[in-house]
Amino acid sequence: MSGIIKKISMLRTGSKLERSKKSLRARSSIVLRVYRANKAIGDSAHYDTFDVPIQRWTTVLDALLYAKSYKDTSIGIRYSCRMASCGSCGMKINGIPRLACYTNVSELESGVISCEPLTNFPLIRDLVTDFHQFFSHHKSVRPYIINQNADLRDRKELSEFIQSPREVDEYLQSSYCIKCGLCYSACPTVATDTKFPGPQALAQAYRYSADTRDTGSREDMKTIDDKHGIWRCHFAGSCSSVCPKGVDPALGIQLLRGHMMSFSKHNKKIAELKHHSHGNQTT
Amino acid sequence: MVDSISQDVLIIGSGLAGLRAAISSAATNEKLEIAVVSKVQVMRSHSVSAEGGTAAVLFEEEGDNQESHIYDTIKGSDFLADQDVAERLVHDTPYEIYQLDHWGMPWSRRNDGRIDQRNFGGYSFPRATYAQDKVGFYEMQTLYDTSLRFDNIRFYNEWFCTSILSDENSFQGVTAIEMKTGNFFKLLAPAGIICTGGAGRIYSFSTYAYSSTPDGLDMAYRAGIGLKDMEFVQFHPTGILPSGILITEGARGEGGYLVNSEGERFMKKYAPEKLELASRDIVSRAMIREIQQGRGFKHESGADCLKLDLTHLGADRIKERLAGIRDIGIKFSGVDVIDDPIEITPVCHYMMGGIHTNIEGASEMRGLWAAGEAACNSVHGANRLGANSTSECLVWGRITGENAARYASSSKAASVAVSPQQVLEEEKRIYDGIFRGSGEVNPYQLRRDLTDIMDAKAHVFRDEEGLQEGLRKVMALKSSSWKHVDDKAKEYNTNFINVMEIDSMLRIADIVLMGALSRQESRGAHARTDYPRRDDVNFLKHTLAYYGMQPKLAWHPVTITRYAPTERKY
Repeated sequence: MSGIIKKISMLRTGSKLERSKKSLRARSSIVLRVYRANKAIGDSAHYDTFDVPIQRWTTVLDALLYAKSYKDTSIGIRYSCRMASCGSCGMKINGIPRLACYTNVSELESGVISCEPLTNFPLIRDLVTDFHQFFSHHKSVRPYIINQNADLRDRKELSEFIQSPREVDEYLQSSYCIKCGLCYSACPTVATDTKFPGPQALAQAYRYSADTRDTGSREDMKTIDDKHGIWRCHFAGSCSSVCPKGVDPALGIQLLRGHMMSFSKHNKKIAELKHHSHGNQTT
Repeated sequence: MVDSISQDVLIIGSGLAGLRAAISSAATNEKLEIAVVSKVQVMRSHSVSAEGGTAAVLFEEEGDNQESHIYDTIKGSDFLADQDVAERLVHDTPYEIYQLDHWGMPWSRRNDGRIDQRNFGGYSFPRATYAQDKVGFYEMQTLYDTSLRFDNIRFYNEWFCTSILSDENSFQGVTAIEMKTGNFFKLLAPAGIICTGGAGRIYSFSTYAYSSTPDGLDMAYRAGIGLKDMEFVQFHPTGILPSGILITEGARGEGGYLVNSEGERFMKKYAPEKLELASRDIVSRAMIREIQQGRGFKHESGADCLKLDLTHLGADRIKERLAGIRDIGIKFSGVDVIDDPIEITPVCHYMMGGIHTNIEGASEMRGLWAAGEAACNSVHGANRLGANSTSECLVWGRITGENAARYASSSKAASVAVSPQQVLEEEKRIYDGIFRGSGEVNPYQLRRDLTDIMDAKAHVFRDEEGLQEGLRKVMALKSSSWKHVDDKAKEYNTNFINVMEIDSMLRIADIVLMGALSRQESRGAHARTDYPRRDDVNFLKHTLAYYGMQPKLAWHPVTITRYAPTERKY
């Protein structure tokens, strides 16, 4: 796991655009190395390799779909929007959890690209993993506005809950989450404790707790304030590094801990804490 | 023996319309069991990619009014919209905006904390309610998360529905494959709602997700339900090359220019008043004309294109309001829109047509409704305005959810009866006919050939000769030996799913071509070079297509309430 974290920390260095422009001239094809196994029939895991032609804009998903269409139609893969909005195509690419559609082949600077299923998820088949537990963790933190006036009743008296742009900013970054599972896969705590809700769910608990429209309380919830809960996070930060949408679950978890240590929701101290933990993370 | 699972309301599709329908069904009667069945996992539906806005009249005190939104919608539709339906859309959308706000939607705000709105094509007032440039994504998130409050909603993630089960034109449920195990089930319910979205993947150059195939439309069509106005396909002016990924109209709403190779803002010649913010059909036609007249650019992939210039907006405004677009440009086009114009060209984006429904979202089958892009309640007519589709999903998601729940609660819906013969026939169709089929033609290559034909023959401009040729070519593809599945595993067999999708694509492509051929006029998104004028005498009517060896075409009147058709100018 520490190997993954080291690789992940390398993600943030360098200008990808520049590098990909440089390296693309070199290659016209790559070798895809794809993990294969069908768990239900007791298939033993192995890798198949496929030569795939590439162009400047080819993504790992494009390459995989080429292989599936023209080399081996049985490759098991989950995909949909191909624009990093739907979160379907999370997998380990050269050892790091990424979205296949959001990973340009040329940015990997490698003639061999290895695709494996996300770790910390049960395998279904090939690159496809089971998200049941992951979605259950999300649901367990009550990820919605808790407010007795949340459901509009009178169709004539229409108005919004007033929320300033600054109040929106308190939770907006955490609401970028597309539930792709990359953070969950990268999390060393999830790897050792499946009852730990994981960075995705905890970040969503923060997202709704930090929303001025939410009047409920999640801090007393068993799933969060538990020995398998939020206190298990030891701030490895790999969740935030792999997030393709710029969510910072590690920060969300720290801020939620702040709430739980009885900082009130609108206390100035939240902003101070946010500032403080940002500093920690980058130094 | 095929196992069955029973529920009260069966919602097929988990996009914006499906989720809105689920919540409204669940809230209408909390004793009902609501099932949401989808071939994708939750939050993967293509609604997450809607970018620009949801149109609604929120600021009457600042000069907006519902009458104006209604008229803009009808004018945008080139007068093919059913006017009562447009009125309903406009009347009901503000409620949805505020309801989403109360459920946690991160609408972009004015400094005073009220919900903000932006300009969008074809509108007389800036009424596209937005949340940065990820409107559909946030709406999906808000609805999915809110749906988790309801104990009576159950999600069937990655179940592929294959056919409708019915009894004397009364909906009884569907047959479906649980992808994880490959097991085949009957999902029974007295009430169903089809919310399977559009079918834009029948084109190669398309903004749609790979999953946007016509499985839901085809299921209804094969069950004898009419598909309406399928020839009206919207080409959005700004798809990036070569992927077809969308740059939101919000980019032009925020002030972006379209320029040709002479550096000219050519829209001034085509829509002197609205310029880049004329309706999408008009802008896309202008772009193709510019390219045809030699004022386009060549993308390095070889495709013709023009450019969208946002550089004058400045880094701050782009980062604040169009951050997603900037990401898309950098990642998928290699262009930072802060620094450089980006290459774009018209791209298949929306289908105005769909399952024939009335203003209540009811289909021609008792107990079956449809909502969102899969449905055609004729709110968009021949051309949809931007930001009116998410509105439609929300409004008719709620309406059909309520209607289906009321129906399922009533005595009319008492018993569900499915003849074993129907299920046997379906097993034969998909397992003998497709799974165990054989042949030499690669179905994936056939899919590519089909979508290339649609790009070439049923694009922004159409004519008799091209459409006839398209039909002949699709016919030839159909009769080739493509119907086979090489992956023999039961579990998570996407090869099998893909071939079933292709089966539906062939039938629906046929309907688009035939509808386009029979509509001998130009209206909205349907532009015939051999019939360049709108013909209200002969074609102010909807096209219907019914299942047969060849689609059987029929016509349906347009509902006109207060607005007589006039010539459209922007």
